[in-house]
Order: sequence, then C-alpha cells, then structure tokens
Amino acid sequence: MPGKLKVKIVAGRHLPVMDRASDLTDAFVEVKFGNTTFKTDVYLKSLNPQWNSEWFKFEVDDEDLQDEPLQITVLDHDTYSANDAIGKVYIDIDPLLYSEAATVISGWFPIYDTIHGIRGEINVVVKVDLFNDLNRFRQSSCGVKFFCTTSIPKCYRAVIIHGFVEELVVNEDPEYQWIDRIRTPRASNEARQRLISLMSGELQRKIGLKVLEMRGNAVVGYLQCFDLEGESGLVVRAIGTACTLDKLSSPAALLPACNSPSREMKESPLVHPPSHGCRSTHNSPIHTATGSRLTQNFSVSVPTLIYTGMGSGSAGKEGGPFKALLRQQTQSALEQREFPFFTLTAFPPGFLVHVGGVVSARSVKLLDRIHNPAFVGIMGNTRSYKLLDWNSFNSDEPETRDAWWAEIRQEIKSHAKALGCHAVVGYSESTSICEEVCILSASGTAAVLNPRFLQDGTVEGCLEPRLEENLPAGCGFCHIPYDELNMPFPAHLTYCNNCRKQKVPDVLFTTIDLPVDATVIGKGCLIQARLCRLKKKAQAEANATAISNLLPFMEYEVHTQLMNKLKLKAMNALFGLRIQITVGENMLMGLASATGVYLAALPTPGGIQIAGKTPNDGSYEQHISHMQKKINDTIAKNKELYEINPPEISEEIIGSPIPEPRQRSRLLRSQSESSDEVTELDLSHGKKDAFVLEIDDTDAMEDVHSLLTDVPPPSGFYSCNTEIMPGINNWTSEIQMFTSVRVIRLSSLNLTNQALNKNFNDLCENLLKSLYFKLRSMIPCCLCHVNFTVSLPEDELIQVTVTAVAITFDKNQALQTTKTHAEKLLQRASTDNEELLQFPLELCSDSLPSHPFPPAKAVTVEKASPMGEGNFRNRSAPPCANSTVGVVKMTPLSFIPGAKITKYLGIINMFFIRETTSLREEGGVSGFLHAFIAEVFAMVRAHVAALGGNAVVSYIMKQCVFMENPNKNQAQCLINVSGDAVVFVRESELEVVSAQQPAANCQPSCPGGEVTT
Amino acid sequence: MTSELDIFVGNTTLIDEDVYRLWLDGYSVSDAVVLRVCSGILEQTGATAAVLQSDTMDHYRTFHMLERLLHAPPKMLHQLIFQIPPSRQALLIESYYAFDEAFVREVLGKKLFKGTKKDLDDISTKTGITLKSCRRHLDNFKRVFKVVEEMRGSLVDNIQQHFLLSDRLARDYAAIVFFANNRFETGKKKLHYLSFGDFAFCAELMIQNWTLRAIDSQVDDMDMDLDKEFLQDLKELKVLVADKDLLDLHKSLVCTALRGKLGVFSEMEANFKNLSRGLVNVAAKLTHNKDVRDLFVDLVEKFVEPCRSDHWPLNEY
Repeated sequence: MPGKLKVKIVAGRHLPVMDRASDLTDAFVEVKFGNTTFKTDVYLKSLNPQWNSEWFKFEVDDEDLQDEPLQITVLDHDTYSANDAIGKVYIDIDPLLYSEAATVISGWFPIYDTIHGIRGEINVVVKVDLFNDLNRFRQSSCGVKFFCTTSIPKCYRAVIIHGFVEELVVNEDPEYQWIDRIRTPRASNEARQRLISLMSGELQRKIGLKVLEMRGNAVVGYLQCFDLEGESGLVVRAIGTACTLDKLSSPAALLPACNSPSREMKESPLVHPPSHGCRSTHNSPIHTATGSRLTQNFSVSVPTLIYTGMGSGSAGKEGGPFKALLRQQTQSALEQREFPFFTLTAFPPGFLVHVGGVVSARSVKLLDRIHNPAFVGIMGNTRSYKLLDWNSFNSDEPETRDAWWAEIRQEIKSHAKALGCHAVVGYSESTSICEEVCILSASGTAAVLNPRFLQDGTVEGCLEPRLEENLPAGCGFCHIPYDELNMPFPAHLTYCNNCRKQKVPDVLFTTIDLPVDATVIGKGCLIQARLCRLKKKAQAEANATAISNLLPFMEYEVHTQLMNKLKLKAMNALFGLRIQITVGENMLMGLASATGVYLAALPTPGGIQIAGKTPNDGSYEQHISHMQKKINDTIAKNKELYEINPPEISEEIIGSPIPEPRQRSRLLRSQSESSDEVTELDLSHGKKDAFVLEIDDTDAMEDVHSLLTDVPPPSGFYSCNTEIMPGINNWTSEIQMFTSVRVIRLSSLNLTNQALNKNFNDLCENLLKSLYFKLRSMIPCCLCHVNFTVSLPEDELIQVTVTAVAITFDKNQALQTTKTHAEKLLQRASTDNEELLQFPLELCSDSLPSHPFPPAKAVTVEKASPMGEGNFRNRSAPPCANSTVGVVKMTPLSFIPGAKITKYLGIINMFFIRETTSLREEGGVSGFLHAFIAEVFAMVRAHVAALGGNAVVSYIMKQCVFMENPNKNQAQCLINVSGDAVVFVRESELEVVSAQQPAANCQPSCPGGEVTT
Repeated sequence: MTSELDIFVGNTTLIDEDVYRLWLDGYSVSDAVVLRVCSGILEQTGATAAVLQSDTMDHYRTFHMLERLLHAPPKMLHQLIFQIPPSRQALLIESYYAFDEAFVREVLGKKLFKGTKKDLDDISTKTGITLKSCRRHLDNFKRVFKVVEEMRGSLVDNIQQHFLLSDRLARDYAAIVFFANNRFETGKKKLHYLSFGDFAFCAELMIQNWTLRAIDSQVDDMDMDLDKEFLQDLKELKVLVADKDLLDLHKSLVCTALRGKLGVFSEMEANFKNLSRGLVNVAAKLTHNKDVRDLFVDLVEKFVEPCRSDHWPLNEY
C-alpha cells in the first residue's frame, strides 16, 4: 500500500549570482522522487527567491519511500541555453516513516554542489501520509527503528535482544562506468551520491525486513559501510543488533535518568564486560577469481596467536556449577542463531555475565577484476573505466561477498567457542582496500550472556536471583568463562581481588565499553600501538600472499606494543580495543587504539624488565640498568598521573572521584597485603616471557625507546576512546566535537621499517599534541571517543583522520550529592536489578525539592525540545530577517552531558563527494578539505534541525577518502557520516519544565479560581 | 616527512581571539607565529613551535573563510557553515570593523574611492599599521559607505542594521561616512591636533542638526547631505554682524545662555564681536561646496585660533 509524500518549496536565500550581467539569478526548483518530477515557477532576478510553491504530491509505494531519497535541484533559468544547475539537496525521508520519530521535515537546507560546495540555502517542508499496510508479504519494513548508538538508546528499554542482522548490496561504481568518459565530473559525482543513497535505503529496508522476521522492532548499533572496490564495484554492507524496544513513556522515569552524566553513567544499562586475553587468527584464503574462468582457491592458515599472561594456578571450582548451568541456558538461546553476535558495546544490567577476550579474524582477498593497467587515475580526466557486462557482474557479486564475510564470521564464532563463550559482543567489521587486494577484518569480544534478554517471554527469568548472588557487582565480568583445567591458551590466573572466589586473568582485553558497575581504580588513558611494515610492490596473488604472510607478525607486534604500553601505564585492562590494519601499495600499517584502565578485580600488573642478550660487558650492563630505571620511573610517574593507587593508599585521597574504589578499599584493606603477596609470587616464577624485553638488536632498542617517547597529555587533559572516561564523573555541559585530518608525505629515501615507524609515531603524537593545544581553553577536559583512522591514499602518503569530542569536567566540584546518589543507585542496582526502572522516580522526588526552582536560565542556546519544534515550524514560514540558526550539537557519544535525550528522530546517514579543479584557488589541499568538512557538518546540522532535533549522537565519520592531483590542480574527497538525530533538554530546563507541569495540570482542575482572580 | 595537509574542524568553530587580533592586524602566518612565541605561549602550554605553526595556519584558514561572511554581517547570522555562538559572532564582527584612529585620521574626509589606495603605503609607514590592515580598514569604510550611501533613514540605524555593529562603532562609522560624503578637509596641518573623536562628535551634532532629516523629521530622507535650505538660511546670519542692534541682542542672548557655564566668560564677552563675526562669516559661506569642505579649517582659523591666542583653556564648539 502506498503512501503520499508531500513537498513544498518555500524559499531560497544567499543564492549565488548566476547572471553576471545583472548580478542576479532567475532560480527555480525541480523536485524529484523516483521517476516523478515537479517544477516550481521561475522566480526572476533574485538571490532570495520566494517560491512559496503548492504542495507537490507523490504517490508511492512504501518500498520506494524507504529506498529513494527526495532529490531537490535548484537551477538558474536560461532562456537561450541550457539551465544551469546551482546545486542539490538530498533528503532521506526515512525518519518520517515511523510514528515516534519526526512528523515533518522543515527547514533550511544548504544547497550543495559537488564542484562548488554549498551555494545558498533552500527552505523545504516535507510530509508523509502513510496508509496502513496489512500486506503480510510486503517488501518494505517501515516502522523498524534504526539507531547508530551501540547501547540501548536512552529513552527505551530493551525487552528482547534478538541478535545479529547483516546485509550487503553490490553495484557497479558509476565512477568506473564507460559513460564516465564522456560525462562531466559533476554528473558522475551526482550519479555516485544518488546511487549510494539508493543503496543505503535498500540495505536499510532489507535489514528492516530481517528484523521484522525476528519479531524485533529496532536495530541498535547499526553500522553501515561502503567498500569502494574501484573497478570491481561498490559494496554497501551493514551490520546491527535486532532488538525489541519499549519506549519508556513515563516522563518521571525519564527525568532523572541522566541528571548528570555521572549519574546517567551509573544507571545506564551497562553490562559487565569481561574479557582477557586476545585471540586472533588470520585466515587468508586468497581468492583470485570465481566462475568458470580461472578459479584457484587456496587458503593459508596461520597458526592462531594467543596472547595472555603466563603462568598457571590450581583451578578454583566455585564457579563451575553455576557456569555450567548458565552455559546451558544461554546455549539454547543462542544456538538457533547462526551468528550469536552483538554490535552493542554497552548493555542492560545483568546482560553480560563473563567476558572471555578479544576474538578477531582477518582474511586477504583478491577483488575480481579485469586487468587494465593503463587506467589507474582518480581525477576527472583520467578516470579509469572498463567495458564489462555489468549484468552478469551484478548477479554474481553479492554471493561472493556474502560468502567472504560468512567465512570470517564463522571463524570468529569458533574462536569464541574456544574461549568457552557462546556469544560475541562489541562486534564490528571493516575492510581495507588497495588496488585489487582487500583485507577483511572482524573483531569482537567473546562473552557469556545472560539468556534472559535473548528469549521471548523469559524476562522474569528464575535465574535472576541466583545471578545476583553469584556476581558481586564490579567483578563478575572479569571472571573467566572457560574451564581452568582446560584452558584454550596458557593464561595466568589468580583469584579475583574483589570477591576472592573466582579466577580472573591477569590482563583483560575487550572491544566493548567499560561496564558502568566495573570497579576501576584511578583514571583511564588512551593507549595506542602503531606499526608500519614495508612490503614489496607486487601484483595479484603474489601481493596477497605477501600481505597474508606479514599479517601475523604485525598482529603479534601490535599486541606486544599494547601489552608493554599497558604495563608502562601500570594498568591491567583494555577497553574499546580497535585494531586497524591498512594496506597500501608498498606498506602495511597497523594502528590499535584502546582505553587502558586498572580494574580492581585483576591483579596488579608486574613491571617491565629489560634483559640484554649480548655477552656481558660493563657499559652495556650499565646501559640496560639505566633503561630499566627509566622504565620504572615512568611506571611510577604514570601511577601518580592516573591516580592508580593500590587500595590501601586510595583511602587517603579524599576527593577520589570514583565512589566504588573507596568503598572497596575499606573492605579489602585487610586483604591488600595478601594480594601483594600473590603478585609477588607470580613474579617469581612464570612471568619471564611476557614482560621481559630483550634487547638483542637495534630493533628492540627502538621499541623500548618508542615506549618511552609517548608523551602523556598535558595536565588537565585526559583522553580515551571509550564513551566515558573511567574515573571522571562530574562532566559539565560544554562539548566540542571535531575532526582533524593530517596527511604526510614520506621522503622515499629513508624508507626503512624503523624510519616508517618513527614517522608514523610522530604523526600520531603530533596530531594529539596539536589537539591538546587547540582545546586548551577547555581545560580541564577529556577527549572521549578518540577515533583514529589511517589510510594510505598513495605510495608515500599517510593520512590520519581523528574524530573525537572534548568534554569539560569540573575538577573542584566534588558532587558529593551525586556521588551518594550514585552509590545508592549502584548498591540497589546490584541487589535488585528489576527495580532499576523505579529509581528514577525516587531520585526525582529527591532531587526536585533540593533545587525547587533553579534560576530559570534564560533559554540557553540549545532550544528545549518543545520550543525547538515550534521554532522550527515558524522558520518554515518565509524567512524572517531575525531568525538565527539554532545550535545543533554533534557528538560521537551516545549521550549529551548535562542533558536528557527526550526523543530519537531517526538515523542520519549521508554521503558526499566534493571535487575541485581549482585546488590552488581554494587554498590548497588544506583549504579544500577544511571547507568540505565544515560543509559536511553544516549539512548534517541542517538535516537534524529540519527534523526538529538539536543534536546528533553517536556521530561517526565512517569514511574520508581524499585524493589529490596537485599537478592538475585537482582534488576529490568522499565523506560518509552517520549518527542519530535527537532532541535533548538541558537538565536545568527539564527541572523547570517539570516544576511547571504540575502547575499546568492543576489549572484545568480549578479553572474557577483562575478566572476569578 | 612533510606535512601535506593539516586541518582541524570543530562542530563549533574554534576562534582564538589572540590569533584573530594578529590576523586583523595584517600579520602573515610566520610573523604571527613569531609574535605568539614571544608571548610566551609555548612555555605556558608546553607546546612546540610546530604545533603553534599548525594552529596558526588553521586559524588563518578559518578567518579567511569567514572573511567573506564578515563583509556582509547579516549573512553571518544566517549562514549554516560555521556554528558560532552569537556572542562570538558579534565579537568577530565588532573586531573586524573596529579601526585604528590613527588610520581614520589620515583618510577622514578624503574621497574613499580614488587615489587613496596609492597613499596606503605612505599611511602604513606613517602610522605603523600593516598595509594589509590598512586595506581592510579602507575596504570596510568603502563597503559601509557604498551600502548606506543611497539609503533613507537614520544613518546610524542603517549602519547598525546592515553591519550589526555596536552603537558606539556605528556612530563612528556614521561620522566617517558623513565626512567622506561631504569631503570635509581634515588633513591640514592646523587641524592635526584634533582627534578622530573630536570630529566624530562634530559629525554627530551636524547630523542631528544640520541635515535634511534634522529639519523635518517627517521627511524620511538621508542623513548624509547637509540641508541646502539650512545653509541658505545661514547666509542670512550676516545681519548679526552687519546690524549693530542685532549684534548686541545676539550678544546678550548668548551671554545669558552661557553665563556661569563658562570659565572664560569674561574673555568671551569681551571678544564676542570678533568671534561672532568669524563664525557668521564661516557660516554664511557654506552654500559653496568648496567652503563646506573647508569648514573645519575655517573654524579653526577664524574661531578656535583667536580663542586659543587668548589662552582659553577649553575647547569650544
């Protein structure tokens, strides 16, 4: 059954001058949806035309509504020659298709042209009337909500978490079609933008169908990516977690949920992520070609690399029976699933039981392509092309890609099994493509889950009470999920420092966020491992083989670096681990980022020892001991810096920001000595291999040096790549999201591995330093969700893109009240999960009296949602001179500090191409990209504002492909961003509103009084 | 290893006021970096010179992109590309249009469109303001002049509306436009002791009292031109000098009005005839354009100088 799409073009402003003679423009607008096009009248001679058009109505299938973008083109009318295009606006109408989201899209959109950038703005109103659809066999999936957020969105409750959904679609890339030889770059770019928009719509619809099949109503942690495979096509793939979500309707329940970020953090449905160790393999079947032509499939299996601490201990049996029971139940829930994967990184309380460790798999593939070595260029004039029957190509392709991913997922699944886990959480997939070689990677954290959330109707699982007894808050997830006697890899186990009953590994690596109830000592910090390896240039299979041979070594070294840096920071767990391997023409780059923390439950990390292998001679020994001293000093310094105090000391720190450690420290004080002993003991035997650095050649020397050259952020700065910084909980409301891009050119002379490593290291370090400097006015602040992406656009170029958000926090304000609240909450949460949703009520009653009427803050810049919507509507009226642009916040996090998200308006998923043939005139590569990124931000903000929102959360720049050709004065850039459009209300305003509401409510009940007075 | 590309884009556009100042003052990136280093910022923040260089470049790039919008401040308000809090926007605009009085003094009353550009070099050396900054000053004057030139209504209001300047700055611009339009000569040596503030004060009074709108507020006409009829009327003032009775009457009226308000009342009274004659003569000639231009020179010659020779302690007009 169809729906009716209605569009009205209101006005334009700031249009460019298209007629040099009059310095004016005769603009009109074409509105296109599917195959139907409408036009407005020509508005003569104005840069601020007022079309005020009728409602253009499109009657369309809801399938089309999901797939197609609304395309608005602004043109300059020309009587004698062809009309000139000024620019376009693509509007994704998906948010209008489900009832709870936006009802109207209305606002000013930047008019975008792929050659000139933003050229003025256009005011558009879009509405959709959907008719009820009772067709069971429908192809559309209207109504399924999509969230980029990788946790349960703040104003919803997860009833059931169904599991993994994935889909991919393939098409030819218009950039490589033969027609591209004869059309303009603009036409080609627009074809690409449109195609990708169409493909993402289709993909989303298909995923939605799968969700409906699973009886879910939403996809959380939706991640959609493009693989620009060049001549072999364009792949759009997406993964997500299907859920059944319930909207929390009671405003009271919503109200306090994030009274302050800290509180929010405590309550937010978090999970216990546990994990330790890291298991990874490479499977590099090199796939040359399929089909009747040359098919030779061979597969290189690299022995699985497993990293954990060394040593062994006698197995504690306490956990056994419980675990077995749990496993049984979970297994049944998960076994029906092909892939028990979850893209979530934060979970409802009680969802995550144990964490096993990081599992990852990579595979090197050869993209199917016809060799056409003459065409490699990227710019308009040198676009490569190929003559190929695309039909056959199309039919063949998705299966191939599907099979590739299925293979990798299968491998991940088996790794998880080996770790005694049935599920993988914090799961993600990525690719790196260079010419015809493609590395597919997948990684996640093996975990044991509570089956309660996975099945229909078992919400009140009988397991619940037992669970709570068995898992003291804050350490349960650390306990090993596998059988101690039958460990998948050699691990060094000790009794949990917290509960003393169960075994924990000595180090824990995970890809998820730190669970809220985890007991952390001190603060966390960003830890990165960076690595480059040269590789010979080669073709096809030889190239793929070379890469797959290098991969295990890279993986190993990255892991060693991470481990060493972690020890150097005196920490024992990594969260949010993301290892990116990028392939280039002549090198491979590895970049791993994670947030290191000190988990109280895990043993104190041992130090790093340096040993020389060469025969003893005096000066050498001295050198070694000097190095050793430096390392020890650094560890001591870091301990101080990150406030990592063994429990007995922590009590003295009055302002220690984390409540739990203090609590714990009191409890454990008597035991702390014994815990030390345990570590001591371990040191005495098993640790040799893991933490001893042997300096036997210059390489190793370099490694040690590079360990020591990492400079800590200046005081007042913290950084992490997880959502929230452990140990900081008094966030203030100022946030600044940014993207920074750097490209360096390597001088080809000194291309050795060491020089490369150093260059790369410097690049990252300098970039961080620059960020710290730029944001110095925000001190004290923390860079959260720091996301590095490396690409190798050309032989000697390294590009690093960073997106992060800086959040200020209040150093002095101890937030004693919050703390107690949080503590209370925490305690209750741990004793009684089921009541969690009711706290807010209590909290609300507590907090309201305490500040009954906060000074009604003159409407802060961000408009409160109710007003905001009103304003946006007003703005759709002819532009009035005074309308200022509403502020739209953007953040990669799933929340906004000091504010409450009241409504999710829909997913934002945008793809832009920008090209220039006058690079120098636009300020060179920096000027070009700077302007483009600013424009992308502007377009995202405009779309959010038009939906009635005032922020984007879980914002991510998934792709930023930049190519230049300075000799031709040309450059091209592709950017893909996504996020969730939301409405948020400042807490201060929220309180005012809630205080007013009762008043408003009583008005109707006593109208007489009102009237008489 | 060379940096090919290095950018930072914030959702809220980052603006460093110090760097903005340097940019406005016309320093090149490298000069600005040197100046910033001298300010001791490296020691304060522990940054390196390379970081500073990259930061400065970045800010300059941002300012360069913003400049287009600064040329039409209302656009700045509505544009979507840079998210800048309103208070910051106001600050950007205000500082962009702020000017150095030394510079204004040089060009005040000059024709803004021709010739002056060649003189910019001289002005730059004379005032110590960089050439770039001089150009920005001059371009600002020209832009404001061009926009409000043909406009009806209050000059100050027009400027404020189209350039979103503070009241103070808008008044100053009104004075500049007024002077430029009437081409008052201010460059003569005799006038050098007068500051821009003095002239701006005169301009304000003249706009209030001598222009078309001042005479008849119903006529919503321009503030820019002096009222011809009023000037014609001034001619009639000659009687004040020619006719003895009227002179005495005038004298007594003025003396009554000023008695007690003027420290040098007795001297004034004594010299009244001379002073009055000077003033009236100047006023009577104002129907000629050339004499209008020389208004201030004449005033100083005929009125201020005699007063000064009598050692009046006040400036009086």
